[in-house]
Amino acid sequence: MSSNDLLMTLVVVTALSFDFTNGFHDTGNAMATSIATGALPPRIAVALSGVLNLVGAFLSFSVAATIASGLVQSHLVTPTVVFAGLVGGILWNLATWFFGIPSSSSHALIGGVIGSTLAAAGGHAVLWHGVVSKVILPAVLSPVIAGMIAALGTYMVYRLTQSVADGVRSRGFRIGQIGSASMVSLAHGTNDAQKTMGVITLALIANGSLAAGHKAPAWVIVSCALAISLGTYVGGWRVIRALGKGLVQIESPQGMAAESASAATILLSSNFGYSLSTTHVATGSILGSGVGKRGAEVRWGVAGRMATAWVLTLPAAGVGGALAYEAAHGIGGTAGVAVIFVALVACALGFYLNSRRTPVTAGNVNDEWTGSVVPTPTPVGAAA
Amino acid sequence: MNSWINLTALWKIVVVGLLAGAGLPALFAIGLRALSPARIAGSEQTQGGQSSGINPVGVTAAAVCFAVVLAAIGWGIYSIVSHS
Repeated sequence: MSSNDLLMTLVVVTALSFDFTNGFHDTGNAMATSIATGALPPRIAVALSGVLNLVGAFLSFSVAATIASGLVQSHLVTPTVVFAGLVGGILWNLATWFFGIPSSSSHALIGGVIGSTLAAAGGHAVLWHGVVSKVILPAVLSPVIAGMIAALGTYMVYRLTQSVADGVRSRGFRIGQIGSASMVSLAHGTNDAQKTMGVITLALIANGSLAAGHKAPAWVIVSCALAISLGTYVGGWRVIRALGKGLVQIESPQGMAAESASAATILLSSNFGYSLSTTHVATGSILGSGVGKRGAEVRWGVAGRMATAWVLTLPAAGVGGALAYEAAHGIGGTAGVAVIFVALVACALGFYLNSRRTPVTAGNVNDEWTGSVVPTPTPVGAAA
Repeated sequence: MNSWINLTALWKIVVVGLLAGAGLPALFAIGLRALSPARIAGSEQTQGGQSSGINPVGVTAAAVCFAVVLAAIGWGIYSIVSHS
């Protein structure tokens, strides 16, 4: 195996690892409300979501729009830049998962790639206008829009079913919840698996293995679909708990309204070419479902902590990406990438072992919320 | 429309989003309500085959509601396959 083969192997493995973290970080977006209301048993919910993510990843093949196009000058991107960006994204995803914060995997990836590009080529390599109009503005608007839709939906649903007996209503809406959560899972597979496919394709083009403007090869599509689906099935129980129990005490009619609002917002926006953060939309919807129900308690403090983490995601992943690039570049060549890769594996192991001390699993995910499971976020690497 | 934000897309997302995202659950709620008088409130036996209490108008209305919801889901999947 030549040095270049090893480099590309490490890049691809890191990209698939990112895809895996993306899966388990985002299981909650689709399934948190269904798990919280008992519409689906936790294990069944993550399995269903995993399968639908797999199917979703194969539904659409328009991978032409890679995550980086319009955000960075793609001719300045090298495989090492892509690798370092992925490292920044993975570290932030692991840190936020550890603290049970539903932050955006897409932003972690974008932030990481922007950071490593900045470190490698300087400010002119980043298309700031694209970053603001394609990433930041949609990120600010989408949770508000989804929240509004969910609030109105929740309000109407409760008004319309006032005369229906409680038991019948809960059972009926649980069925509706399963349907709407499935749509969110499907949309997630389509949107997020494609982002990693785009990144691997970008690295292949940067390496010269693939002609510019080429679509993702079949092995890239299949492996990305499997990685995100497997990650989803493993289930990020900490994030699921924060979304399902932490924000709002959720009932099945609220759950259905929230997931319908999420599915509608994500699908419509991707129709217009905006690849939104599923996480921001889902969180906005769940908050909205709390606002729309009279007398429901909304824990704005928890929501505020999540919003803080959202603001930090781009810069923090960017710093991670930039540092990873500087370190890999400083050591130089394939050896540098290999050293950072080993360091990344060590960090990931550290997060995993630490999480075992205070485990959140399918068994305790629905326990009463006491407010202490999710501490305030700390910078990347602090717990590693 | 300016270069920072596509206002046409924004208002379409809001309006269609409200129709689909809030309208469909509302329709589902109407369907549920149309079915429910046939059931005995508080009774656990909702599986019972005795359909003597079922109101045909309610059942028809519910069927229409649920059919529209299913059609919208089909349209959603179609939109994933053809775009995104």
